[in-house]
Amino acid sequence: MRKKNLNFILGAILIGIVLLLVLVGIFYTPYDPNAMNGSIKNTAPSFAHWFGTDNFGRDIFSRVMEGSRTTFFVAIATVAIGTIVGTLVGAFTGYYGGALDSVLMRINDGITSFPSILLTLVIISIFGIGKYNIILALGIVFIPSFARVVRSEYMVQKEMDYVKMAKLMGASDIRILFIHILPNISSMLFSTITIGFNNAVLAEAGMSYLGLGVQPPDASLGRMLSEAQAYLFSAPWYAIAPGVMIVITVLGISLINEER
Amino acid sequence: MKVKHFSKYLFMVAILVSAIALSGCKGDKSDKNTNKAPATDDTSSKEQDHNQASDKDAIYGGSIVVEITQDLDSLDPHKAVAAGTNEVLFNVYEGLVKPNENGDLVSAVASEYQISEDGKMYTFTLRDGVKFHNGDAVTAEDVKYSIERCAGLLEETDPSVKVESALSNVKEVNILDDKTIQLVLDKGDTELLAYLTSAIVPANYDKLDTEPMGTGPFKFVSYAPLESFVVVKNEDYWGDKAYLDQVTFKISANTDSAFMELMAGSIDIFPYLTDDQATQLPDTYNVEVGNMNLVQALFLNNGAEPFNDMKVRQAVSYALDRQGILDMVAGGRGTIIDTNMFSAFKKYYNTDLAGTYNYNVEKAKALLAEAGYGGGLTFTITVPSNYQFHVDTAQIIVEQLKAVGITAKIQLVEWNSWLEDVYKNRNYQATIVGLDSNLAPRDSVERFVSTASNNFINYNNPDFDATFEKAIASTVDEEKVEYYKQLQAYLTNDAASAYIQDPPLLVAVNKKLAGYTFYPVYVQDMAKVYYISE
Repeated sequence: MRKKNLNFILGAILIGIVLLLVLVGIFYTPYDPNAMNGSIKNTAPSFAHWFGTDNFGRDIFSRVMEGSRTTFFVAIATVAIGTIVGTLVGAFTGYYGGALDSVLMRINDGITSFPSILLTLVIISIFGIGKYNIILALGIVFIPSFARVVRSEYMVQKEMDYVKMAKLMGASDIRILFIHILPNISSMLFSTITIGFNNAVLAEAGMSYLGLGVQPPDASLGRMLSEAQAYLFSAPWYAIAPGVMIVITVLGISLINEER
Repeated sequence: MKVKHFSKYLFMVAILVSAIALSGCKGDKSDKNTNKAPATDDTSSKEQDHNQASDKDAIYGGSIVVEITQDLDSLDPHKAVAAGTNEVLFNVYEGLVKPNENGDLVSAVASEYQISEDGKMYTFTLRDGVKFHNGDAVTAEDVKYSIERCAGLLEETDPSVKVESALSNVKEVNILDDKTIQLVLDKGDTELLAYLTSAIVPANYDKLDTEPMGTGPFKFVSYAPLESFVVVKNEDYWGDKAYLDQVTFKISANTDSAFMELMAGSIDIFPYLTDDQATQLPDTYNVEVGNMNLVQALFLNNGAEPFNDMKVRQAVSYALDRQGILDMVAGGRGTIIDTNMFSAFKKYYNTDLAGTYNYNVEKAKALLAEAGYGGGLTFTITVPSNYQFHVDTAQIIVEQLKAVGITAKIQLVEWNSWLEDVYKNRNYQATIVGLDSNLAPRDSVERFVSTASNNFINYNNPDFDATFEKAIASTVDEEKVEYYKQLQAYLTNDAASAYIQDPPLLVAVNKKLAGYTFYPVYVQDMAKVYYISE
């Protein structure tokens, strides 16, 4: 029990740090994240620039704040799409079964059978590059995993006595689905959401790293990593800052989720 | 128990991080290698007085590895369109004439040539003792075949052969005798010589795609796609023989991995360093600095809002701090240009245009207000994502434009969609690329004739069109030069685009080697490279 609390606290602290940076970054950054200054290109971390500056003389700390915000926004939006659509699909297929279930689940299997990066690339090549398209693409990729988890929960829950009672009392299907059953699977849903969030953070970073997500000069953690790799030898702090942010975020959420 | 748990997390994190890194490697394609629009072929002009070590300490023999960052698109010199292919094949093939390091065309397979006064007849005398790599002498038939192949005159031309538009002016190729070839043109053209650098290949040789055979200083040995292209010294070369016995062109997928290999010391020459990489080089390498011979500009679509208004184009030109861009992306080493020609093309470059658009925020704002954009202007810059150099330039321009109240957005696109949307369909507002050109001055400006199929900026000025007609028709040299300068003045005064720079070309060369020579065209000449005696 003690160990559990420790992990939870540690995770909460890590996420707290990230959230603090993101929230403060909305209102205030030490420097304009996109302001360039040719006289301080690639300078090492100092009091003036906590995380150093990049190849355009931009303040990396400010950019990490902005980049984390972008990455969080994409991750949350992605997971929201996955959760809402996935839950709807999972609820109806799991509760009703039958032909609808078969059709939707085969489509689901079809989507799942593609590697997720490949599928994202395909969707992006249809819709084009950009922040909102990446949300849409990742969201679609995330739907099947949510749908599958939710469906199996609904299949179990619909045989439960409380559902039968509700039916006998004349509750509508919609009411049973979302007022009676949904709260009962919330804990399972929550852990799916946290895992999904982690994957979304990494997927956004990966896509922006490939140049398919957030467009320059705007910052995102993946975009920064991608730009930093050319300076791994001369300015290692550039890659370390966004890299550590990703690690802290993912680790923090994993710790919380594991010991919740 | 706790320790065990932690190692599990750390392991997981390590895997995730490396997964990002690995997945990234795929997409990051070649950089900086051909900062070129799909312009024309491989030539351009520029004087490059590069100091060469004296010949006395040069030794013959040895082999080197040269890293190139782009796979070859075809081994057939008449099919290859990528500048990155031509730069390698330059070592294997020669034309009737070839460019030298000063940008002059010197005789190669032909020993002499005569051009008739009206520019309608070119007569070439073939050089004695020029042999293909299989030992056969080059005959008049081979030359006739080669030129007809490039000009699309063969009865059955392979559809993938790239027919030069300037060469399609060739009406017939006549063999006068064993050693003399005559080209008859439809219309007089005194600049055609620059296009006769096209490779001479053996007549009806059917293995050009797999076993290139030319007359150059190096012989083809092997080619492995995405791996390497290997050549050995041609002992029977008619001219100055190469110093090196063997040259391996190693193909690497991106500049970052190429740079890693450079750091590890397994490469002798790497031509496309970035400014930042140059500062990180181990001291076993020298950095040679040349010019890329490109026109890098913020190209503006003259046919679409808001750049159909000249005042807006001029405002953007005034709003760019070119020196600031150079300092940021090129370590201050590029050359500022003011028109669509690189300044090293000294004979034709119009120096009077320098300073037409000196950085002037007030003037830019005033022009914008006149054009009705006093309240601000928003536009999108479409940039090919594989050219980090242009992407970096775009980011700086976005910052600079903020000062005059312009909000520019960057849209990264893949090279192929750039070709399709921007270059072919002209569906864009502004873009940043580099345009190359061959040694004929018409090549730099021909694309801005209003009817040109590659006039991707939709430039339209009847005076320009008329002057261009005069320029190519003129056979008097001074007159021709004047016309070309006038053409550049039109482009600059109309602010057809916001011209930026000719970017620097930084080459890492192993300190044991000397003789690396910059050309005013896009080639890697390995025949001049040699080991210095210890």
